[in-house]
Amino acid sequence: MIQVVCIKQVADTETRVRVGPDGHSLDPAGVTWILNPYDEFALEEALRIRERTPAAAPGPGAGEVIAISLGGATVPTTLRNALAMGADRAIHLKTEVVTPDSLQVARALAAEIRGLSADLVWFGKQAVDDDQAQVGPMVAELLEIPCATVVAKLELEDGRAVAEREIEGGREVVELTLPAALTADKGLNEPRYASLKGIMAAKKKTIEEKPAVLGEPRLEVIALELPPARKAGRVVGQGVAAVPELVRLLREEARAL
Amino acid sequence: MSVLVFIEQRDGRVRAVSKEALGEATRLAAVLGGPVVGVCPAAADPGLAALGESGAEQAILARHAAFAAYHPAGYARAVAAAVERVHPKAVLFAASAMGKDLAPRVAARLDLGLATDCTALAAEGGRLIATRPVYAGKAVQKVGFVRAPAMLSLRPKIFAPVAKPGKSAAVETVAVAEDPSFARARLREVISSAAGKADLTESEIIVSGGRGLKGPENFKIVEELADALGATVGASRAVVDAGWRPHADQVGQTGKTVSPKLYVAVGISGAIQHLAGMSSSRCIVAINKDPEAPIFKVADYGLVGDLFEVVPALTEAVKKLNAQHV
Repeated sequence: MIQVVCIKQVADTETRVRVGPDGHSLDPAGVTWILNPYDEFALEEALRIRERTPAAAPGPGAGEVIAISLGGATVPTTLRNALAMGADRAIHLKTEVVTPDSLQVARALAAEIRGLSADLVWFGKQAVDDDQAQVGPMVAELLEIPCATVVAKLELEDGRAVAEREIEGGREVVELTLPAALTADKGLNEPRYASLKGIMAAKKKTIEEKPAVLGEPRLEVIALELPPARKAGRVVGQGVAAVPELVRLLREEARAL
Repeated sequence: MSVLVFIEQRDGRVRAVSKEALGEATRLAAVLGGPVVGVCPAAADPGLAALGESGAEQAILARHAAFAAYHPAGYARAVAAAVERVHPKAVLFAASAMGKDLAPRVAARLDLGLATDCTALAAEGGRLIATRPVYAGKAVQKVGFVRAPAMLSLRPKIFAPVAKPGKSAAVETVAVAEDPSFARARLREVISSAAGKADLTESEIIVSGGRGLKGPENFKIVEELADALGATVGASRAVVDAGWRPHADQVGQTGKTVSPKLYVAVGISGAIQHLAGMSSSRCIVAINKDPEAPIFKVADYGLVGDLFEVVPALTEAVKKLNAQHV
């Protein structure tokens, strides 16, 4: 079982967003970069599958978990995190384009993954920066493999992946033949912290650098803006005594009841 | 030129989010020109002619026996084929579970750009500009499309449907051919959660609980208020991480982004990642004992107090109000 985990470096969720000087991307000054939280669930699941799957046919690449990330000069630190969590090796698809669109990223990833003979290709359900939720299913489409998105539970049974995914008011259980692509939701597992041993071992693992082949963009980011501020709230009152006034305001002023 | 809308059906019924998309398509078509066309992959006609009342002039029923339930590979082919036939200026999806899964597949097949979860569309000089929240709502992005058609998915509960009483859509049925990809994925079953419970992203009213509730058993008072309001229960990340509530209930940057008519935050302090997920709500009420809690900065109406006293009192007041209006 060879697994590829596509990861993205994103701004920490506690980041206060400021618009950069170009007017259409995040001001990177002072930002803490992290592994996209949903990609952590993907990586963790891949590691657990590797750990419980006995190496069937030993040989080069057997049982490997390969982390791939696309981006600029800061990306290797995030790939190093993935290696410290337990990925076997990493590939950095290098680009200086700050906001490539999802299809460009998907093309570059698909081109790289095509040569890796992966059985499972993992993604997070979305990156918590641009929130597009596109790259996973796009890569699957380009590779012509089946894909389940927003996966909260996964089981492997004789050459098939059985995934549970959240939909409005319930869950779907879908069965996919391998190779398959999966995008991970929170709830799939509880990601591990990198151990000291893992961190030491990561230093000896390789991060292969390659240029990302993005192709032409299909989307153009025109502007990044801060949302209009909500008008300052007001405190209606203290304790139970303020409940009637709250109800009155909700009915008569906000017309929300 | 036309505007094409993916029509989402479940259990033989067209979903409300698709009518919202038809509403926005109608407004776009008035500017861009051309008819509004719906495309609905299904095993049987879910009553597409009636979509005329929601703004569709034409509807394509893309029929295949396997399309009763969502079929990603089949739906992607059917919708892509409709795009190639209709040559629309824009293709709209609802940013629902199905729409978010399907739209990227269609975009990749057709080599087109896609903007997910849009909250506003504008046509400026014949060019379509989409506004979409990023960083879970901490910022908004404006995007344009390099090639036509523009592909967009629309956030539920933002766009108003239109009503054209008595209108009917011209329905054309297209048989979809079997493809080897159809065998690679199969829906085994759909497990429904609590009957009749609306999804957070499609709820008019949400009551969310946080750490201030002190324990999972105390969510009962949140549920009682939600029942009285006809609301859906949400939760903060802290209580989901603590295992008090399932992840499906989480509102915020690693949960759901919601835009209900009324959002009631109970015992939630208002971490930045939570505020990001709910600050586009029309009206926000915060109940918290700490007057300094950041949630009060975004709340239209704040109530400082012990939630264990205030929430049951509010529930009673709402019940009384309901009784008066029966």
